[in-house]
Amino acid sequence: MHYYNEEDLGRFGDIAKYKPELFEKFLAWYQACQEEGALSKREKALIGLAVAVTVQCPYCIEAFTNSSLENGSNMEQMTEAMHLASAIRGGASLIHGIQSHNAHDKVSM
Amino acid sequence: MQAVQITRNGRPAIPNSPTNFSSKFVGGAELRAVVIDALQVNVGKLCNQACKHCHVDASPKRTEIMSRETIDACLKVLQKYKIPTLDITGGAPEMIPDFRYFVTEAEKTGAKIIVRHNLTVMFEENQTDLPEFFAENKAEVVCSLPYFLQTQTDAQRGAGVFDKSIEALKRLNAVGYGIDEKLVLNLVYNPVGAFLPPAQTAIEADFRRELKTRYDVSFNNLFTITNMPIARYLDWLRRSKNEESYMRKLVNAFNPATIEGLMCRNLISVDWLGNLFDCDFNQMLELSIDKNLPQTIFDFDLEKLENRQITTANHCFGCTAGSGSSCGGAVAA
Repeated sequence: MHYYNEEDLGRFGDIAKYKPELFEKFLAWYQACQEEGALSKREKALIGLAVAVTVQCPYCIEAFTNSSLENGSNMEQMTEAMHLASAIRGGASLIHGIQSHNAHDKVSM
Repeated sequence: MQAVQITRNGRPAIPNSPTNFSSKFVGGAELRAVVIDALQVNVGKLCNQACKHCHVDASPKRTEIMSRETIDACLKVLQKYKIPTLDITGGAPEMIPDFRYFVTEAEKTGAKIIVRHNLTVMFEENQTDLPEFFAENKAEVVCSLPYFLQTQTDAQRGAGVFDKSIEALKRLNAVGYGIDEKLVLNLVYNPVGAFLPPAQTAIEADFRRELKTRYDVSFNNLFTITNMPIARYLDWLRRSKNEESYMRKLVNAFNPATIEGLMCRNLISVDWLGNLFDCDFNQMLELSIDKNLPQTIFDFDLEKLENRQITTANHCFGCTAGSGSSCGGAVAA
């Protein structure tokens, strides 16, 4: 058994088995978020991809890669989105270095 | 729906599907043609390119081309029934010897002429004046350009195709195509891979912006066309192990709202020998038109062919997925 099975993406609906009303609410929200609004579907798919890479969800990465392609994006654009998300993630780590500076300064002469 | 047992390289020529297309028409419902407003003539499989997604299996090695006799039969049908549109496709239709004869004679019938043009054929011997020829005959030109970048276009259509395509578009613009309102230049987007096309209006806006700013190219409309899971594209789906997931994607995206606008309901497709089919895809699969109806352009009878039942199989999911797909692009919102 693998922790991640490709086929499980298609079985997402099975999560409704023990609590259908919660999954229904989640699904309505999830789908509504991706509809055209103040942002285009293409922009939303790119945000989805960037977040998917950041949260390292293999299912989301596959889903939003396809969604980005099906909304007209190319790999150059998708890579820029992924770099931005990763850079923010890296920056989020690095900014905590200030805490180290602070801790260092507190105990140092 | 007829039983289909045709094969390709020893495997079914029509992909397996989790759902049969016929199951979408229950309770006596059936897919029927309505008024025929276009004669779509595939003049042959000869082409200067061999694209990975080609449903015709066209290439420079193919020898099947339409004869003058069959072209004359098409012209007679156009004239007799006043069919509003002649849609010429291939292959690269410009490569058959009688292409220009066909266009100039068809123009005299008053029919609107559409030529499905691959752009690069313009650089073949004796073809450099195609823009002027198209313009003289007021042909609407529908050009394949799967993406506004080189990488994707060349990946699908062959090395060097993108640069030639842009140069060809500039030449078409130079004679007024895409600029003069009487000279219509439409583009065709189709996915470079195993995924569905974007919303037509959205990707059209991207193409318009990118082609203008990057290359100073103008066009009228962009049509999104879904890749049909047959022929060379099916070979690729199988090689890349995408057949099952692509068919699942098409089936899951089935949109009943596309049915009304399906192109098979408004056209008759003619092959290089003059045989009649419900569409160019059925033609390539040799899925014949209802056997009780006229089978060739030589015994064409408009009254009998209108309202005919369409021959379908699982590849038809390619035209009903999402916003739908036709030779004129998306068919539903």
